[in-house]
Amino acid sequence: MSHEQYKILSRRFGRADAHNLAAYEADGGYAALRKSFEMGREAVTEEVKNAGLRGRGGAGFPTGVKWGFVPKDAETVYFMVNADESEPGTFKDRYLIDYDPHLVLEGSIISSYAVRAELCVIYIRGEFGWLIDRMQAAVDEAYAKGYLGKDILGSGYALEVIVHKGAGAYICGEETGLINSVTGRKGQPSIKPPFPAVQGFLDKPTIVNNVESVAAVPHIVTNGAAVYREHGTEKSAGTKLFSVSGPVRNPGVHEIPLGLPFREFFHEWLGGMADGEELKAVIVGGSSVPILTADEAMNINLDYESCAEAGTMLGSGGMIIVPGRCDMVELIQVLMHFYWDESCGQCTPCREGTGWLHRLVRKLRRGEGTLADLDLIEKVCSGMAGLTICPLSDAAVMPMRSFLQKFRPEFEALVQVQDDTGSPSRWAREIRS
Amino acid sequence: MSAPIDKNWELTGEDLARFEAVVAQYPTKRSALMPSLWIIQDRDGYVCDAAVNWLAAQLEISEAKVREVMSFYFMYRDTPQAEYVLQVCHNISCHVMGARPVITHLEKRLGVRLGETTPDGKFAIEGVECLGACGMGPCLQVGKHLYEHLTNDKIDAILESMRRGEPLRADTDRELEA
Repeated sequence: MSHEQYKILSRRFGRADAHNLAAYEADGGYAALRKSFEMGREAVTEEVKNAGLRGRGGAGFPTGVKWGFVPKDAETVYFMVNADESEPGTFKDRYLIDYDPHLVLEGSIISSYAVRAELCVIYIRGEFGWLIDRMQAAVDEAYAKGYLGKDILGSGYALEVIVHKGAGAYICGEETGLINSVTGRKGQPSIKPPFPAVQGFLDKPTIVNNVESVAAVPHIVTNGAAVYREHGTEKSAGTKLFSVSGPVRNPGVHEIPLGLPFREFFHEWLGGMADGEELKAVIVGGSSVPILTADEAMNINLDYESCAEAGTMLGSGGMIIVPGRCDMVELIQVLMHFYWDESCGQCTPCREGTGWLHRLVRKLRRGEGTLADLDLIEKVCSGMAGLTICPLSDAAVMPMRSFLQKFRPEFEALVQVQDDTGSPSRWAREIRS
Repeated sequence: MSAPIDKNWELTGEDLARFEAVVAQYPTKRSALMPSLWIIQDRDGYVCDAAVNWLAAQLEISEAKVREVMSFYFMYRDTPQAEYVLQVCHNISCHVMGARPVITHLEKRLGVRLGETTPDGKFAIEGVECLGACGMGPCLQVGKHLYEHLTNDKIDAILESMRRGEPLRADTDRELEA
């Protein structure tokens, strides 16, 4: 079954020459930029607001509304594109930069114009070495063609673009962490307020948007908000990229209309499970969101509201399909190691809490845990959620709590049962060996 | 402990030109710190003590401010590295697709554990968190080259090609050539 009609961001994926400026222009590229200058920045912002585009990095905050937070009298404004894609399970932005760097760039220029930015920083995670080269090549082409620099296309608008290479830190995907990183500091998040839109990079108003969000802007400008809203739901408008990993027949990046039932996505787009695998659980939007059991997943629609109702989040669209053969305690150990490793160390609940969770799960898997440790996990989680500067602490708690709650028998099976001799249970010893 | 610091360490030629361009491009000197560290590391393979001193003076910040950034970010190195640093993802998606047995195989073939370097300095293996290639796991990255859908046979072929000094074409090399 063809899903071509939903390909807006991904329509040029897979083409060998898609990243070249000439090919992009031949497909109508940079026409949206010209149109933006004719419309004026207020009209562009209004169109993006009306389109209902929401931040695609995970938070889902309306993009146009965020732009509107920049003080009208600000003299210096910065725009940053968040391509630090590090949320486990997420690999959509990599495709956008790989196949359509000029789409990302055109969207970045229009967005920068809308918020009156004079400098745009495209922050790409350091591990994406070849993609940084790809993006830089696109930026160089755009400068040569007059899409960047002084007086772009005779509009009088001037914009410089820097492609900034990260150096391996998950936390830089958080917008204040990203801003601090570009400042030449450790990428530790700052307390909000002040929000970056008012006081960000070098204390000037700064807007940070996800790659996928800015990539949707040219389409909205060209075709208008009404056409954008032809897909999706009232509150979750448009299409969204889902990057799917795990043993399904068609893993990879799929663009879907928001609101699509998971059941339909799973069977008709992903082709169901690969041979010999069965569906056990689904992480819908990146490793930080609460996990769903197979039954729960089969009853949700893929939009922000339906996910929230089901107690999870649409997040980044980094969908991880967990097969029946997976040991859930082992999986959560992998995740807790990750959050412990990536905690920036600034807030005590997160720095200490992620370490505690990691060690408690490891203890269980070694067959040394007790029932009291399961309660302790819950207690540690309570001391972490909502108490820190940034959401990393919550991002560790959400999977931890949901794994324990929904797959508790697997945790309990590891708990040491004292037998008559006081030695660990046979079950636990087998796991340990 | 460490060798005396080379007071004459500096960037020259094209590298110096790149450094000066970066300092001119970023709005403040300090904001040019990360790209400057990359220029040094791209040339030398790591950032030595002398380079830290030089860079701190150039950007008019303390050496501590350079070092705190270097130690915060995983990818900056302050010691010479193995010729091939094999970074294997051990995060959730790759794990689901079988990263653990692949890592075990790699450790066995090289005779070293994750985080270690072979005695000849040729290979190091590092476990890394999510390389953003989750649909293609298990995966392994060497510099800008990403190898996807790893199997034991593929690991053997990669190692063999690197021993010959002619690394196997990576799955992302299409992008590098274009």
